[in-house]
Amino acid sequence: MPNIRFRLNGAETEIDADPDTPLLTVLRSQLGLTGSHFGCGAGECGACMVLVDDHALTSCDAPLWSVANKAVTTIEGLGSEQHPHALQRAFIAEQALQCGYCLSGIMMSAAALLKRNTNPTTAEVKAALDRNLCRCGSHNRMVRAVLRAAAEMRTS
Amino acid sequence: MEHELQKVSVSLAVNPKLSSWINFAEGKVIVSPGKVEIGQGIVTALAQIAADELDVDISRIEMVRAATPASPNEGVTSGSLSVQHSGRAIRFACAEIRQIFLNAAAERLGVAPDVLTITDGNIAGPGNVSTSYWELAGDISLDRDATAGAQPKSSAQRTLAGHSLQRLDIPDKVFGRPRFIQDSAPPGTLHGRVLRAELALARLIELNEERARKVEGLVAIVHDGNFAGVVCETEAAAEAAVTALRKGAKWSSSAALPDEDGLAEWLKQQPAVSTVIASKNATAPAAVARTIKRQYHRPYIAHGSIAPSCAMAQWDGDIVRVWTHSQGVYNLRSDLALVFKLPRENITVEHMEGAGCYGHNGADDVALDAALLAKATPGRTVRVQWSRADEMSHAPFGAAMAIEIEAGLDSDGEIASWRHTIWSNGHTARPGRAEQPTLLAASELAAPFPRAISLDPPPASGGGSDRNSVPLYDFPAWNIEAHRLTVMPVRTSALRTLGAQGNTFAIESLLDEIAVDRGEDPVAFRLRHLTDPRSRDVIQAAARRANWKPVKQDGVGYGIGFSRYKTTGAYCAAVAEVEVGEGIRVRKLTLAVDVGEAVNPDGVINQIEGGAIQATSWVLKERVRFDRTRITSSSWTEYPILRFSEVPEVEVEVISRPEIDPVGAGEAAHGPVTAAIANAVFDALGVRLRSLPITRDRLIAAMELS
Ligand code: FES
Ligand code: FES
Repeated sequence: MPNIRFRLNGAETEIDADPDTPLLTVLRSQLGLTGSHFGCGAGECGACMVLVDDHALTSCDAPLWSVANKAVTTIEGLGSEQHPHALQRAFIAEQALQCGYCLSGIMMSAAALLKRNTNPTTAEVKAALDRNLCRCGSHNRMVRAVLRAAAEMRTS
Repeated sequence: MEHELQKVSVSLAVNPKLSSWINFAEGKVIVSPGKVEIGQGIVTALAQIAADELDVDISRIEMVRAATPASPNEGVTSGSLSVQHSGRAIRFACAEIRQIFLNAAAERLGVAPDVLTITDGNIAGPGNVSTSYWELAGDISLDRDATAGAQPKSSAQRTLAGHSLQRLDIPDKVFGRPRFIQDSAPPGTLHGRVLRAELALARLIELNEERARKVEGLVAIVHDGNFAGVVCETEAAAEAAVTALRKGAKWSSSAALPDEDGLAEWLKQQPAVSTVIASKNATAPAAVARTIKRQYHRPYIAHGSIAPSCAMAQWDGDIVRVWTHSQGVYNLRSDLALVFKLPRENITVEHMEGAGCYGHNGADDVALDAALLAKATPGRTVRVQWSRADEMSHAPFGAAMAIEIEAGLDSDGEIASWRHTIWSNGHTARPGRAEQPTLLAASELAAPFPRAISLDPPPASGGGSDRNSVPLYDFPAWNIEAHRLTVMPVRTSALRTLGAQGNTFAIESLLDEIAVDRGEDPVAFRLRHLTDPRSRDVIQAAARRANWKPVKQDGVGYGIGFSRYKTTGAYCAAVAEVEVGEGIRVRKLTLAVDVGEAVNPDGVINQIEGGAIQATSWVLKERVRFDRTRITSSSWTEYPILRFSEVPEVEVEVISRPEIDPVGAGEAAHGPVTAAIANAVFDALGVRLRSLPITRDRLIAAMELS
């Protein structure tokens, strides 16, 4: 089996695995990146969302081969405590979660939105996050956090 | 003394040893609550209370996760009791510890205790003499029982409690650092999966293991009666092995689930235990001129945690270690001890954070699954995670309810009598409370334990089916009766609010109907029947904030709902604004809430917002689906919940009463919001829907009838 190469959080990565393995499994089990979460395994909840070439994608139903030679960004690559992404700062400022299990997927969806639109309306934010489920009802805070991050990105 | 403790704190009375709650180590204060974080922010609120009482910076507080046998046993993290129980215990324990240290410091420094001050743990007196908690800690043993002899600070003296501190768990979650049990698999961990049938109450009549045995990385197959599962080196292998095993499994079932479209009638026809919950006779009974009788219904509702249930277990001889996101580590331990016929001391159960669970979901069940599978691989840790389908069909559901209210009206149309009758399965079958285990796999083994039928908690704990069935209004007479089913084809247990959502929906819907019939404003009508000032305050606050009642527009309606959760908990009133067009859309919810002291006001708002949105989802969308043999709503497609684009704007006003002991906020909003939405739909269209969920199809059907 040929190894599959892609850029992961900025670093060239080469994986020796069955090309049909879901990307989420590779991230979590093989690479130890557990920030992307398993929720349904069927593309229905968004807990596993990552960026693939700037598009938000559910990684639980994306086979490894589909990201060959692409750039994958996970929550771990979005920012760090030392260099947080505007979204991470905003989610902390708005205390925009309850349990937070859905959070990484939601931030990745939001990150994809902010890449193409740094001045979204509330409705546009909601539309961009519509594939993500949150059972705790933290939606409104999350929308506020995305709008706050967008405002910060525009002024900086 | 025990009696004294009982009065100040139940949790402290059961776990009086001070060191079981608080310890000092290297500039840190170690706080060990028996309650667990389930996304409600409890860890932060408890840290605030401890830091306040001890006068240390909050950054010095280290919160320990609950684990047997060291943590205080505080039963289950449920019923919105976390701040009430844990918070109060920690507050009194810390007040006493502070006093003990002040006395010791006074002796060491040769001054009177009352001239000492504590700043961030540093204890200083006149003339620059000082010591600290940590300097003194070596000489002071906290292995002594609390006496409740020290008075905690007054609300005015607290500097942290009452403020919206940032939650301590949030940075980990925002940066994607492992924090959930689902993200933990120490090196060498094996992965397990359990095979469960799609059929309800299925028997495994044949299991051909051949295909599964061929999966690379397979370590063990466990088959015990109707319980079967695999253990593998990797998670991917476990998935492959369980899929292969499924192909070799033959099931049969004699399950006869009710007709999902005739659920309310079915509930009323089942064998049941009947209890009169409350009865009050009028002092001067008025003649009833007219009665109005209505039936309300809510379906089974799924917990639907975003994370599938997960646990880890490891056997070493007859010693078992279990890691779980259960809401009660001691209770789970009791049930595991029953299943494995081991002394409880042989089992340790450690809590790790999971996603929000909203009550008794599969968390405890999967812990038994893990322990059963791990028994086949001694010395190795086995991690088990449920599938989404199992989570949506094998975990317990919130019980379906049929509720009938008959109000007698006098010749002036005033309420003269009130009869409220409930038919429902019990609302809890949590582990650790009965002689028999209630864990799912216990009833699947070759030597099975009986399948536990859900019960209702006693009225002193807020009741179950009957929760919030006794009116909070000043009606002259009432009679409340509950029929708890003794059969349970669909598994039920505690879901947020137990019966309170259903009962509040029924009461507040009928009140609205009577008010409208009388041509009276629903808010004024409620206030006219309420003397309790805190009840009146939340209703008035919500109404004021929502500009009650805005002028009528086409297709838009406004409704109000009110309740005091459990009759002893948080007060909450909600005003809903809905728009009915193509579909039903809740545009805005305005809530007022009174939890007494709000330890972390933003935390309270967050809980209320979350509860309001979840309740909106229950009301507009949620209903467990099934045919006669199986649960069919086993995915998010079959069991849709509210999405971002459908979420209403939510505004919350907190009425703060720092002098009154805090109660929880997590379940306060569900009942009032449910009723407010139903009443708003009526206001918009003039049609009352008395069955949940309130969907467009049902609305059309009801309009055709009317
Ligand atoms: S886990 Fe991928 S969408 Fe649910
Ligand atoms: S915060 Fe718990 S699922 Fe979204």
